[in-house]
Parts: sequence; structure tokens; C-alpha cells
Amino acid sequence: MDILIVIEDNNGKVHRMGLESITAAQTMAKDRGFSIAALVMGSNADELATQVSNYDIGEVLKLEHDLLSSYSSDGYAEAVKQVVEKESPKYVFFGHTYQVRDYVPKISAKLMKPFLVDNVLMNSDGDDTVFTKQMFNAKLYSDMIAMDEGPLLISFQSAAYSSDNAASGSASVRDVNINLDSSMIKTQSEDPFQEESGGVDLTSAEIIVSVGRGIGKEENVPMAKDLAKAIGGELASSRPVVDAGWLSSTHQIGSSGQSVSPKMYLALGISGAIQHVVGMKGSKNIVAINKDPEAPIFEIADYGVVGDVLEIVPKLSEALE
Amino acid sequence: MKIAVLVKQVPGSDSPLPINSNQSWLDENGISYVMNECDNYALEEALQIKEENDDGEVVVISLGPDRVQKVIREGLAKGADRAIHIQMNSDSIADPLSLATLFADAIRDEKFDLIFSGLQSDDLGMGQTGIIIGEMLGMSTASLAMATELSEGIIKVKRELEAGFFQWVSMSLPASITIQSGLNIPRYPSLKGIMGAKKKEINIVTPGGHDVKQSAKKVYVPQSDKQTVMIEGSVDQIVDKLVEAFRNEIKVI
Ligand SMILES: Cc1cc2nc3c(=O)[nH]c(=O)nc-3n(C[C@H](O)[C@H](O)[C@H](O)COP(=O)(O)OP(=O)(O)OC[C@H]3O[C@@H](n4cnc5c(N)ncnc54)[C@H](O)[C@@H]3O)c2cc1C
Repeated sequence: MDILIVIEDNNGKVHRMGLESITAAQTMAKDRGFSIAALVMGSNADELATQVSNYDIGEVLKLEHDLLSSYSSDGYAEAVKQVVEKESPKYVFFGHTYQVRDYVPKISAKLMKPFLVDNVLMNSDGDDTVFTKQMFNAKLYSDMIAMDEGPLLISFQSAAYSSDNAASGSASVRDVNINLDSSMIKTQSEDPFQEESGGVDLTSAEIIVSVGRGIGKEENVPMAKDLAKAIGGELASSRPVVDAGWLSSTHQIGSSGQSVSPKMYLALGISGAIQHVVGMKGSKNIVAINKDPEAPIFEIADYGVVGDVLEIVPKLSEALE
Repeated sequence: MKIAVLVKQVPGSDSPLPINSNQSWLDENGISYVMNECDNYALEEALQIKEENDDGEVVVISLGPDRVQKVIREGLAKGADRAIHIQMNSDSIADPLSLATLFADAIRDEKFDLIFSGLQSDDLGMGQTGIIIGEMLGMSTASLAMATELSEGIIKVKRELEAGFFQWVSMSLPASITIQSGLNIPRYPSLKGIMGAKKKEINIVTPGGHDVKQSAKKVYVPQSDKQTVMIEGSVDQIVDKLVEAFRNEIKVI
């Protein structure tokens, strides 16, 4: 095969971003006349293989091994490395998940092959493909090229390609084997857990007033709280506000926090980095107030105000009361 | 306990980002630089481990042109013992594999017990360098650390997972761990620290050549096809128009 997609297990289901990479692979395959295979592994490999075989890809590679029954970066990196060496694809596709961040750089080091991460787009350029990624917290884009004949490791940002566009089909399943022993796995993992939510459930809120670092300091946070109250909404925030201890982590919206889709999301002094945006871009109406006219948040906002939140917010609360 | 902290100098979040004339990278003039945000947390974590264990050494390491000595001095002022500056004139290397090779070569003989680095840089956002270095030096690795606990040659790391989940992972030293923002409260340098930093050693390393495996071909401002209604005017006018939109268009009041 030319493209190998590595599918991630999300509690027995194909991770949403795995489906998105199927669409990405199909797009490239069509453009460049490539063949596709998908790799599933771990304790749910059977289940995943069945799900993935319903897509238009050449074949599904199924890898079962005791040491892969739960995730470890060493085990997964070694396993994928061996499969890549055996199958020699031109490209290896991943969704840019937290797990992929954790183990794929190790494959890059083992194979000395580049890992082009977190791409939002790809375009053919003759016999080559140019991959586009965000840089400087989404303020700029950069077209990246690999200077290596491959296999190239490529990951895609969440929603770069839509899983709705993945063409269905029926693929055959083939078993693959690797050599793995427990001495190769240097880490021991406990079960995943969630921290106390403290009763803040933002997912059902109709209106969310969300504060970012642009609020400046802790003493200004009540200003946003007042606005939330005046408009009958819930208060939320971006990560730096939580990191600084101005609000508890249960307020955080984004890839590491809650995902919300209220009727209105009012972003106050939030730049619009992807890890925040993935948690709120499904909002029906996004209203952004930011002093920087080039802030990436305006790219997804329905309504935008270029201005100072410290001036606008108190007056807005007043007007609403 | 010998801990390396990798710090990167990056454009600050308020800095202009002027693109150079051939669109290959930024025009460095006019950029204001700061220490990469999560590297600052990585440094704090290392300093706390050193203080709790009452022995050990924290070494800050940065790669880049001479200007990166500013973040190196900042690290020394906060309490790092010494520094290594891997001198590179070009700032535009967007290739984690070659950068990691330079780091690994420069520090291999130091035999660090721990390497802490930020989980990704605010400029390139590659998020790989610390892990690749760890792998190259045969260390255990873990990413996205939100807490660390150290005892008897084992480090336990609370890893951040997606959607508010966490997981504890333990591994033996040596280990290279990438640090997520928010796991501690980074200190400010004291006046005494700032004075003392001037006397601390910065070992300058000039690396040889390196293979480049990926590079930026063109850098540009993204175009959006979203139609955003921009609300303009004086503060009072903006407030009136917002209330109007809330009431009649978005219909939330
Ligand atoms: C693995 C990973 C996971 C992450 N998870 C999350 C997550 O779950 N949630 C999250 O939010 N982030 C997350 N982040 C961090 C994310 O990348 C951004 O750093 C973060 O979202 C930025 O927050 P911000 O917009 O509040 O701050 P900044 O990016 O610093 O933006 C502040 C904005 O405020 C504006 N501003 C400043 N002053 C004013 C003023 N007076 N009036 C109006 N505007 C003003 C500025 O123009 C700027 O646009 C994660 C990062 C990584 C790498």
C-alpha cells in the first residue's frame, strides 16, 4: 500500500479523528493514484477491524498482541514502527490526538523519518504533497514539505477533513505480526480518570460568556461574571485563565476541557487557538471581542468587535440590566 | 539528581509577526521574544524537584542565535545552576528531528536523570522535540505532564488525556518528560537571582552540520471564508449594537 492509516481505539470504537484520516487518505489516493490500508491494534482490534472494513480502502491490517492490550507509548511506537518497516508505505496517516502526540515522535526517532504534524490541509505539488499547518498559535499558516523519500509520518488536525465524506466500501482483513517483548516497555500506566467536575456542566448552557487571558488579571474576572449574570449565561474560560488559578479547571473549554455548543458563545479576550476552538466551534453564534483585529478567533466568529473588553464588558452588563 | 530543562525563545503573544519578503519565514526585526510558555512551567517543576530533594543540579539548555541568551539568563536568574547554549544562527529550522539530533549530541555525555521540556512551542507547534531526544538517548518518555512525583529512581507522571481525563504513568529514570502548562505556579526571578545569574556559567556549543528532513516552504496569513459581521463605533455604539444583535438576531434576550 502507499498510505497506511493508523486507527486509534476510543473505548472499542474508531476514534473520530481516525475516520477523518480515512477521508484524508481517500483524498490523497484519488489525487495521486495511491492504495490505502488501515492498521488496527489492541484488545478491540476485531471490533475496530469490522468498523474500518466498511470504508473504501484496500485492506485492514489487524495486529493483536498481549502487550498492546492497553496503550503504552513504547509498545505502540515499536509496533507501528515494525509494521511500517514491513509494509513500507509512502505515507503513514494519523489523527493528531493526544495519544499520537505521545508516541509518534518516538517512531520518528526510531526510523529517522520526519513527522509532519497537525495539518489542516494538503495539496499536490507535482509528484509531491505540500502539508499546511498552523503556526504561532494559528496566527499564521505554513506550507511544509518533507525532504525525505519516506515513509513520511503525517497527522491531521481535528476536523481538517470531515468523516462524513469518507467513502464506504468493503475491505478485506489481514493479520499482521510483530516481535514485542515486555523489556521494550518502560512505562506502567494506571487507568484513566476524570477530576471532580464541581457541578459545573457547561454542555447544557444556552449562553456562555467565556474569558481569556485578554481579561488581564484576576481582579477583572468578576466583570465577566457580572456579564454572564446579566445575560443569564454561564461563565467559562480558556486554559491560561485556569492555569493562572483565576477560575477552576471545570470552567475550561477546549480539547482538554469541556466541549460546548450553546446558542451564543461570547469570547472575551480569547485569541482562538485550535485547542480552544475545538471545544466551542459548534456554537450556533460566536461573538468575539478582541483588541487584535487579526486574532484568529475572528475567523470563526459570526459577530466581531475589535475593542477593549475592559471598556466594553462593564457597559454591556449595565445596558443588559 | 541532574535535570536538564530545554527552553525556547519564541515571539511573545502580543508581538507583531512580520513575514519576510520571500515569505520563507519571519522578519526578525520588530519581533519581541519571550520564553515559551510551557517551558517556564518545565523550569519551575525542575527547580521544585531540586529544592525538595535538597541536592541536584538544574541546567537550562537553549538552541538558537545569541538573542536566546536572554531566556537562558532568565532561567539562571530563577535558580538554574548553569546553562548550555547550542548556537545556531538560523531561527527558521522547522525540523524537530534535526533539532533533536543537535540537542542529543550536545547533551549525551551529561547523562541527565531527567529532561524536562515544554510540550510544544508557541511558534512552530511541532510538539516532538523532547520526546525524540528522549528516544535518541534511550530514556523513558512521557508527554503532557500535569504533575510529577519522584521517588527512588522512578518518576510518576500525571498525563493529560483528551476531554478532561488524566492518567498516571510511572517509569524508571532516566526520563524525558514534556510539560503541559498549569502544573505549578512559575516563580519570578528575585533581584538576588538576577544579580547571581550574571556569574553563572553558560557553556556555548557550536554544532556541526545536520540533515534537514522537513522545512517550511511558505509562511502566510490565513484567509477566512467566514462572513463575520464586524460591529464598529464608539464604545456606547458598540454596546447598543451588541444588545440589538442579542435581542433581534441571535435572540438570546
Ligand atoms: C495539548 C494542548 C491542550 C490545550 N488545551 C486547551 C484547552 O482545553 N482550552 C484552551 O482554551 N486552551 C488549551 N490549550 C492552549 C491553547 O493552545 C492556547 O494557548 C489558549 O487557548 C490561549 O488562551 P487565550 O486565547 O485566553 O490567550 P492568548 O492566546 O494569550 O490570547 C489573549 C487574547 O486576548 C486579546 N486581548 C488582550 N487584551 C485585551 C483587551 N484588553 N481587550 C480585548 N482583547 C484583549 C489578545 O489580542 C489575544 O488575542 C492547549 C494547548 C495544548 C498544546
